[in-house]
Amino acid sequence: MADRGTGGTNPDSSEAHETAKKPRYSRFSQQELPAFKPILTPGWVITAFLAIGVVFIPIGLASLFASQKVVEILDRYDSDCIPATYGWNPVKYIQDANTNKTCTRSFVVPKQMKAPIYIYYQLTNFYQNHRRYVKSRNDKQLRSKSQVGTTDGCDPEAVTSGKQPIVPCGLIAWSLFNDTYKFSVDNRAIDVNKKDIAWKSDRDQKFGSDVYPRNFQSGDLIGGGKLNNSLPLNEQEDLIVWMRTAAFPTFRKLYGRIEVDLEANERITVVIENNYNTYNFGGQKSLVLSTTTWMGGRNGFLGAAYLTVGGLSLFLAISFILVYVVKPRPLGDPSYLSWNQSSADNNDGRRTPSVTSSI
Amino acid sequence: MKRYAYINDDGSSQELYRDNRISNTKYTLLNFLPKNLWEQFSRFMNQYFLLIACLQLWPLITPVNPASTWGPLIFIFAVSATKEAWDDYNRYVSDKKANEREVWVVKNGIKKLIQAQNIRVGNIVWLRENDEVPCDLVLMGTSDAQGLCYVETSALDGETDLKTRVVPPACMGIDAELLQKIKGVIECPSPDRDIRRFDGNLRLFPPFIDTDVCPLTIKNTLLQTCYLRNTEWACGVAIYTGNETKLGMSRGVPEPKLTAVDAMIDKLTGAIFIFQIVVVIVLGVAGNIWKDTEARKQWYVKYPDEGPWYELLVIPLRFELLCSIMIPISIKVSLDLVKSLYAKFIDWDEKMIDQETITPAHATNTAISEDLGQVEYILTDKTGTLTENKMIFRRCCISGVFYGNESGDALKDPELLSAIETGSPDVIRFLTIMAIGNAVIPVQSKIGAIQYKALSPDEDALVQAAAKLQMIFVDRTANILEIRFNGRTIHYEVLETLEFTSDRKKMSVVIKDNNTGKIFLLTKGADEAILPCADAGQQTRIFTEAVEQYSQLGLRTLCFAWRELMADEYHEWSLVFKEANSTLVDREWRIAEACQRIEHDFEVLGVSAIEDHLQDGVPETIETLRKAGINFWMLTGDKQNTAVQIALSCNFISPEPKGQLLMIDGKTEDEVCRSLERVLLTMRITTSKPKDVAFVIDGWALEIALKHYKKAFTDLAILSRTAICCRVTPSQKAQLVEILKSCDYRTLAIGDGGNDVRMIQQADIGVGISGREGLQAARAADYSICKFRFLTRLILVHGRYSYNRTAFLSQYSFYKSLLICFIQIFFSFVSGMSGTSLFNSVSLMAYNVFYTSIPVLVSVLDKDLSEETVMQHPQILFYCQAGRLLNPSTFAGWFGRSLFHAVVVFTISLNAHAYEKSEMEELSMVALSGCVWLQAFVVTMETNSFTILQHLAIWGNLVAFYALNFAFSALPSSGMYTIMFRLCGQPSYWFTIFLIVLAGMGPIFALKYFRYTYRPSKINVLQQAERMGGPILSLGTIESQPRTVEREVSTLSIAQSKSRSPVYEPLLSDSPNTRRSLGAGGTFEFFQSQMRLSSVYSRNCKDN
Repeated sequence: MADRGTGGTNPDSSEAHETAKKPRYSRFSQQELPAFKPILTPGWVITAFLAIGVVFIPIGLASLFASQKVVEILDRYDSDCIPATYGWNPVKYIQDANTNKTCTRSFVVPKQMKAPIYIYYQLTNFYQNHRRYVKSRNDKQLRSKSQVGTTDGCDPEAVTSGKQPIVPCGLIAWSLFNDTYKFSVDNRAIDVNKKDIAWKSDRDQKFGSDVYPRNFQSGDLIGGGKLNNSLPLNEQEDLIVWMRTAAFPTFRKLYGRIEVDLEANERITVVIENNYNTYNFGGQKSLVLSTTTWMGGRNGFLGAAYLTVGGLSLFLAISFILVYVVKPRPLGDPSYLSWNQSSADNNDGRRTPSVTSSI
Repeated sequence: MKRYAYINDDGSSQELYRDNRISNTKYTLLNFLPKNLWEQFSRFMNQYFLLIACLQLWPLITPVNPASTWGPLIFIFAVSATKEAWDDYNRYVSDKKANEREVWVVKNGIKKLIQAQNIRVGNIVWLRENDEVPCDLVLMGTSDAQGLCYVETSALDGETDLKTRVVPPACMGIDAELLQKIKGVIECPSPDRDIRRFDGNLRLFPPFIDTDVCPLTIKNTLLQTCYLRNTEWACGVAIYTGNETKLGMSRGVPEPKLTAVDAMIDKLTGAIFIFQIVVVIVLGVAGNIWKDTEARKQWYVKYPDEGPWYELLVIPLRFELLCSIMIPISIKVSLDLVKSLYAKFIDWDEKMIDQETITPAHATNTAISEDLGQVEYILTDKTGTLTENKMIFRRCCISGVFYGNESGDALKDPELLSAIETGSPDVIRFLTIMAIGNAVIPVQSKIGAIQYKALSPDEDALVQAAAKLQMIFVDRTANILEIRFNGRTIHYEVLETLEFTSDRKKMSVVIKDNNTGKIFLLTKGADEAILPCADAGQQTRIFTEAVEQYSQLGLRTLCFAWRELMADEYHEWSLVFKEANSTLVDREWRIAEACQRIEHDFEVLGVSAIEDHLQDGVPETIETLRKAGINFWMLTGDKQNTAVQIALSCNFISPEPKGQLLMIDGKTEDEVCRSLERVLLTMRITTSKPKDVAFVIDGWALEIALKHYKKAFTDLAILSRTAICCRVTPSQKAQLVEILKSCDYRTLAIGDGGNDVRMIQQADIGVGISGREGLQAARAADYSICKFRFLTRLILVHGRYSYNRTAFLSQYSFYKSLLICFIQIFFSFVSGMSGTSLFNSVSLMAYNVFYTSIPVLVSVLDKDLSEETVMQHPQILFYCQAGRLLNPSTFAGWFGRSLFHAVVVFTISLNAHAYEKSEMEELSMVALSGCVWLQAFVVTMETNSFTILQHLAIWGNLVAFYALNFAFSALPSSGMYTIMFRLCGQPSYWFTIFLIVLAGMGPIFALKYFRYTYRPSKINVLQQAERMGGPILSLGTIESQPRTVEREVSTLSIAQSKSRSPVYEPLLSDSPNTRRSLGAGGTFEFFQSQMRLSSVYSRNCKDN
């Protein structure tokens, strides 16, 4: 039957009827797939909460314990490393190329620190995640030599005033952190291993072995650290670390590793080259020495959170038990259905005066 | 405007009108893209997304790769466009098939086989038996000597009987050979869509000199898509071709119906949009302030001192883009997808297949299934909808003698049989009208059995009954009717047929007895149309009583009358009638006037009573649906008494003393007004009494009420749960729907005949019964079902599930979008309000269209309660009707949930990944995994029944999330190279995710449990009852429950439709406590106070 009545309200309904005449039976089409229909019975729910409590509290304790085991030394040096004469104007001090930026700090190891000991620098109030900043880089340029001219997105640090591409371009590289630390214990210098501080994947894939810095920090305004022009980018690990931008304004970045154990009560002396300007935006700089465990560095948050959630679950479980005991309530009691409370012989049960007193 | 079709003129006149190329396609290859895009972009949502996508092309402000919006946008557009293109291609293919069909056409005087698309106006087209008519033709000649042919019009109007078409008198008897050379002109109106009317004129040119203008009617036409049957050949002149045919013109895209759920979603989208604007303004201003005070100090950001003029806009626009995901781009696609699945479930449903004809239900409109679950009023036709429309002649009253009263079957009444034996003239005349006062065509099969092809089932019943009473209608050959009575053969010639119209409510034939040459007018029709026209001398009281008595029994009555016409009276009148028939303007009215001139001074012969069986399960269906809180209105063209009887027998209204029927009648404005006021007053008082109050109104009073007292009638409509409107016209039916709709009720209109089409199209949901009166209603309807009883399943099962599923799906879509958006907003607080996106473009895109869309799509399989439970407790539909599952209040819950989850995800990942772990890509993946895990558990918690597909989608999606991200992490060029491997190797990542899931889900789970157990909704109670395997109270057991306390205050079952609150109050009670405000003013005070009482009471009920 060649029905041409298509379109509009009558899209070949006779044809549609023909084809739709024999719907294939399947449990799917009849919406009759076997289904698991759980309901929230008190036993089930209370057990679940108890189980959460029982699982969470040990995990919380374990991770708190792990966090406590970490030995961490944090030394804030930004304000202390300003000579008293510049106390009122640290910015001038830090921006002046002729001032002596060396600063010596010392502190005592509170507990034995097993190697490897990680050295971090910690910055606060530094917005590596700022929209202008985080996008100001070009991964293509970093990766391969053929792309060194590609500086898309690197504004305002893309090209020099002579229109030469800057390698590596962008604000992130330009603002490279350049404080340096030299460690010694009891006048015995400690080696800081700065190899492999960046991710291997970054060194292998993101930063080219044949890309060398060019025109870097050659403008009028010097941002942060300079790079060794004879080293390819994938060996400039400080840069690679720096270019893994942090998500929060307070962050730590790996500076290096100390590969000897530090014993308790040893006095460590650090000679800091305080070059990096955090003064005009009030950012703090700290040096962090930390050991590590299976959970990473010292961070009590997870442990505390696990304990809290576990505790709350136990509390909820117990209160549910109490409520259940004090005020049991049968599930699925049809007397809760209001229409069952009225007589059913009325056609719609609407205007019936009779009521079954429930419970 | 007129058109002139010059017959067989191959010259220039053909160029005036288009060829017969049929085109149902919406697009052409060239205009597809612009037209389709234009159409898609006329929707607000799409405009919004386009704007966002365009803004993203500006690199300065875009937080993410523009691909993250363009991708989904193009995908969504491609999906819609592909669907359109596919539909259009199918239309093109079927058009092509029709266009390239070969037909015999006379071209330049020679009969040729050409493609149908090359037919021009004025061509003569030759058809053979069983050919499809390729365009609208005026019949010129047939194989039949009398110039008759038969057509089947089922593709046009759904009526399966054969219709006769006749060659216009001017062409009668022209030789087939000559027809090829015939010349002439047909004057006809410009194309219109009325398939029941054609007013044209034909004039032939020499040598066929017939200077008379010959009138043409629809009887002389063959319309496109009809089939020629029982006729060897026929030929006709093409008058309307291509898309200008009657069928082509009646095509049209009906206005798309918007469901209440859609409207609510639009509203919520609007609210979210406003929220988004507020967020953008606040964050934008804050961002600009931060920039000026703080960011300038951050030397490494290197803000220029002097920015461009638009600098102030940059940060707000960035936030706008960042927040644009608040409005989920996927919601439209998901909804379209699930809606078409709902429709498929209806088509597939085996329990809605009519076993007799093996016809399944069909959802023509795939977009409005949710509305089925929210129906508040059902307006139903009676005949064919509630009843089977299988008419059986049961009783009659001839000249005051009642036949069939004892046995209930007049055919077996010995008195009637003996009256026929003896040849009582009144009885014979009565039988004659039964047999030939109609448009029935007898078809004699080879073995001699006579089958009747009748247009209306009433006529069929009458002819069948007459045949059983020895008055056998044997043959209709042209104008000559042959009947056999008691072995004698009588011939009548039909002089005129005065067809039935719903205004005249009667039909007549003028016949000439070939033996005596006497002319008679035979009329049958509704009593109020016949009895007033009776001869002044005749007593009609007995007939009025008979009509009364029969309709008391629920029988359909017809009055029969006759009159002998004097020859000159007839001739005089026939001129008038002929002239009326050939007018082009106001023909209908002129004909009616002409009819009136002759239809008077009848001698009334008697009344016939025809029984129409109730369909199976009608009372049960009505009872169930009324328990579900749905109000029923019956709109019928039948008599008041018949209607009331049917209403009683199908549980529509309760008999006294439980029910009360209030009449609204009156012939004048004052009477109607008074009666209306009285009924209103009674209604308001009785709402407190346990009574079923219904009102009955007839067409006349309704007309007045609608015209002058619309407000009072509207008030009444709101108060009344049941109404019977009888003697209503199709347009009044539509008006009633309109009134209920204007009160903001969801209406469902169900009917089966052409007279219900307007009501069906007007209602929020139109359901057509694909029944005996043809497919007209089913075609116009959104859903077609075979039996009235399937309505229960359609509403309670399909409607309810659809509503529940859509409610969850839409809110969930907002939830997941808001969740990720809130995290972005929180992140902006720690990123210097600069509008940095925490998530990368790929993640954002995949999150919306992939990670979060798949699991929720399988919620189309979710069933909160089993079908049986819903059927046993139809009251549960209340939750859907009142919109308890999707409204601003539930939405606020989801909003709060997304805020809470965003806080959880952000705080936990921020603290767990502080200091040396605060690497952007890692953190973003931690937060993203947190979101994906949480949403998997949210879906799990909101799912009531898990089938294998749900497990696959929910857990498979998590697996897919990791697989996909591992894949991305393996690509050195992607930003997240190695990130996922790195994270998954860290125990702290898994501990963080574990913590996020439990901290996020724990409180929600506890709250849900508490509500579920201590403040359960009715749905929860039934779920518990169902799954504990405990006794689910069936309706039977409820009845046996003891009734104890009787109170004067009405209980408020949820069936109280008038007082439901759309607001979900999960922790308090489910009692509806606010009334729909209808601005009814003081007149409602009384009623409202009743409501307040009852809602207070019902709350008490629930608390004990």
